[in-house]
Amino acid sequence: MKNTEEIFQLLKENFKDLNFELKTDLPVDNFIICNPLEIDKISRYLHDNPELNFDSLINLSGVDEIKNNQLSVYYHLESTSLKHKLVLKVITDRNKPEIATVTDIWKGANWHEREAYDLFGIKFLNHPDLRRILMPYDWEAGYPLRKDYENPEFYHGMKVPY
Amino acid sequence: MGLLDKEFTDGNIVIAKAEDLMNWARLSSLWQVSFGLACCAIEMMATSASHYDFDRFGVIPRPSPRHADIIIISGTVTLKMATRIKRLYEQMPEPKYIISMGSCSNSGGPYWEHGYHVLKGIDRVIPVDVYVPGCPPRPEALLEGLIKLQEKIRKASLVKKSA
Ligand code: SF4
Repeated sequence: MKNTEEIFQLLKENFKDLNFELKTDLPVDNFIICNPLEIDKISRYLHDNPELNFDSLINLSGVDEIKNNQLSVYYHLESTSLKHKLVLKVITDRNKPEIATVTDIWKGANWHEREAYDLFGIKFLNHPDLRRILMPYDWEAGYPLRKDYENPEFYHGMKVPY
Repeated sequence: MGLLDKEFTDGNIVIAKAEDLMNWARLSSLWQVSFGLACCAIEMMATSASHYDFDRFGVIPRPSPRHADIIIISGTVTLKMATRIKRLYEQMPEPKYIISMGSCSNSGGPYWEHGYHVLKGIDRVIPVDVYVPGCPPRPEALLEGLIKLQEKIRKASLVKKSA
């Protein structure tokens, strides 16, 4: 069992050319901020290393941080054998939100990433099937959970506002 | 029921108005599209189960809209679903009836303001005969809605209204 600080040290030793940031001063679980385009390699390491063995992705969710002009994604990981948990965060630019996919590491990420794409417009690079998942496939009004989203007046001739 | 509650004196002849007979037949076997949407559908299924026994009113679920007389819109209608419901409704043969069950289907329910994905009332897409209020309505409320629909059918006329 390892805590977030120990995993943070391990990551820094193994990925010497990447930046990591440990956040501990917030009223939530401690988390590590990682590079969005390298999150697949980091995840692979966390999954395969027998000391960490993060075999389960509990949740993956997008957040719109419009004040900082950024979109971010949180990953909640758990190791079912070693019983420890970890939270990762990646931050991307709101104008060009691109993050590497982790679908080939945790299969369950497939629909979570589609949801983050559907509702926040975050592009997951190399995702096998990045289509909308909740909204209609032909939804053209944008990404509903972005803070500056405006709902359309009509969809297929149906009035949308109350 | 208005038709069979009279005493018959002769053998096996029943005299009734054609209109009453048609209406009686229609209102006594309202077959329902086997279809449910959200939390309200759970109450609809409870209504079908033995405790409330929808079948005693002649309501049985049919797996195809082409067999059905009635569609109960039981739950949240998303915009994505609304296009499908319209198609189901169009596949049903005439005469066909609609019960809108619950706040969601009546007017958007809890999603009326911030539900970017919810249709604010199924009557924006297809014509509703009876609205059942509640979130969710209890089975008794749905049964009352059905009885209201039966009353409506009983009063229907085959003759086109003049003026
Ligand atoms: S009306 Fe209430 S119970 Fe029925 S589908 Fe909507 S939220 Fe669920």
